[in-house]
Amino acid sequence: MTATSLVPAASRSAGARPALVLRGLRKSFGDAMAVDGVDLEVRHGEFVTLLGPSGSGKTTTLRMVAGFMAPSGGSIEIDGSDMTRVPPYRRDVGMVFQNYALFPHMTAAQNIAFPLQMRRTARPEITRRVADALALVKLEAFGDRYPRQLSGGQQQRIALARAVVFEPQLLLMDEPLGALDRKLREALQLEILHVSRQLGATVLYVTHDQEEALVMSDRIAIFSAGRIEQLGSGEDLYDRPASLFVADFIGESNILRGRYERDDAGDSCLVRGAWRWRVSHGAAERAGLENGAHAALVVRPERIRILGAAEEVPAGANAVEATVVDALYLGSDRKYGLTLPDGQRAAVREQRDDEERQWQSGDAVRLTWSVDDGVLVADPAG
Amino acid sequence: MTESWRQPRRLLMAALGALTVFYLLAPTLVIVPMSFTEARILSFPPEGFSLQWYERMFTDRQWSSGMVNSAQVAVLTAILATVLGTLAALGLTRGRFPGRSLVNAVALTPLIVPVVIIAIGMFSLFVQWRISGSLLGLVLAHTALALPFVIVNVGTSLRTMDRNLELAAANLGADPRRAFMRITLPIILPGVLAGAIFSFITSWDEVVVAIFLTSARFRTLPVEMWEQVRQVVDPTVAAVSTTLLVVTTVLLLLLLVVRRQAPVR
Repeated sequence: MTATSLVPAASRSAGARPALVLRGLRKSFGDAMAVDGVDLEVRHGEFVTLLGPSGSGKTTTLRMVAGFMAPSGGSIEIDGSDMTRVPPYRRDVGMVFQNYALFPHMTAAQNIAFPLQMRRTARPEITRRVADALALVKLEAFGDRYPRQLSGGQQQRIALARAVVFEPQLLLMDEPLGALDRKLREALQLEILHVSRQLGATVLYVTHDQEEALVMSDRIAIFSAGRIEQLGSGEDLYDRPASLFVADFIGESNILRGRYERDDAGDSCLVRGAWRWRVSHGAAERAGLENGAHAALVVRPERIRILGAAEEVPAGANAVEATVVDALYLGSDRKYGLTLPDGQRAAVREQRDDEERQWQSGDAVRLTWSVDDGVLVADPAG
Repeated sequence: MTESWRQPRRLLMAALGALTVFYLLAPTLVIVPMSFTEARILSFPPEGFSLQWYERMFTDRQWSSGMVNSAQVAVLTAILATVLGTLAALGLTRGRFPGRSLVNAVALTPLIVPVVIIAIGMFSLFVQWRISGSLLGLVLAHTALALPFVIVNVGTSLRTMDRNLELAAANLGADPRRAFMRITLPIILPGVLAGAIFSFITSWDEVVVAIFLTSARFRTLPVEMWEQVRQVVDPTVAAVSTTLLVVTTVLLLLLLVVRRQAPVR
């Protein structure tokens, strides 16, 4: 990409101010609380995704940031200015909609020129910036086409070009890839990522697809029932889920419910029936657990190893007996479904590097994992 | 689903269809040939062929001024009803205010209330206001009759339009007025044009209200026809009828063209 007129947003306002601050943001529809106290700070140039099941408040939050809905409470600050009551056309925020929302009576180039015309940009500059924006999304040859003459993926790239051509303070995306098929989604994920990196844009992105969130985001805010359940990098969320909801929502998890106990020696354990599994130091404090509280131990399937009956459990590791129920071949690895003696189901993923180590349905085995690979969380349902 | 049982059924349907079409078109099929007659009185079947009644329609002062009056009233009604009706539809579909559904119902009453009642009501009021028998009075009255057609047509366009387009326009920096002019209006234009055509036709062939609100000095074409038919049965009436019919038909065809353009997405 040659010299572009689209200046990185981050370099325009390099101050220490965050690009976006939400404080106690709330929205109620009648008695229903769609958004129930959201606090969030987004740094300049950061890509933050709001991820959650449908109805969790993520889209409502985005629409309030865009100014399409007035909050019932709380505040929205964009680059240091209070925008809570400012109408959308004075917010300087770009938005990409799930259904593209391209103006059907305008060509692709006219669509991209629209925000510049609204800002009374000089005509030669509009021509230049529209050309740059088309080049940015690699659709130089499609400027004269009408939206209905473009494929879904092309329409969404034009919508992206239209949303960034006026160098907004903030770029909002509301499930922009939701209407596209899987292959196209993956290609466009990378393209959106490249475009936003290239422009240094600050992005607030909404999706219910966790894989998409993990691929694209610097940080992810997990939404549940109108609140942010946990905010962190993909690694944070995957390796250190702060709650059972997050552990269950992000990736696949083995969730072993029981009670948290601390013994006289000071060792922390999760107790379930006759089993005592050790958890790492400080885990209970992080999860805010009292001695004897209902808790769950979360272990990712790829962190568990399967041992044959004759094999020795490594010193200090946790272990539990299990029976193999099914074995699935997934190409690069194998996935096993197992049951523990008390009926609890478990899943294990093993790399296929060792041809000897393959288990059949019905095999009696033991599962083992290192203490540090288990994450202790509170169990509100317990 | 074999042809054997479908065939007689289809024939029956076609025959019924043809009969219905004939029934609907019969009055037209009578009046149009009568306008070309050589006879001096209105009669069917027509005798010979002549355009003398069309000539008379354009040269006779009463007929030609009626035509000019009708066209004036219809054009002004179409403009006024389209502007007011579009604004009303905008408020009724996009606005959030108490009593919205009541206002909507009131706006559509001219479709339901018998025209003669509206005519009598307007007549008594317009006489007091001294606008009875004038261009202004009739335009105002016809605008009231035409408004529901605009509100329904434009309202449908507004409701089927993707709301996100308006949100996108606002998001990209268009204030409400510019968002309407640049985005909403071009997209709902087929509905607006349909409303304008309906308004024109509503006024163009309206006779009941016009009988009450016109005078000997200011008459529209349908009223002139009514007056003349009561006195002399002169074939000029058939020529005028045919002219009214042609204008209406052309406009309805135009409406079909406009409608076909309609759904952009």
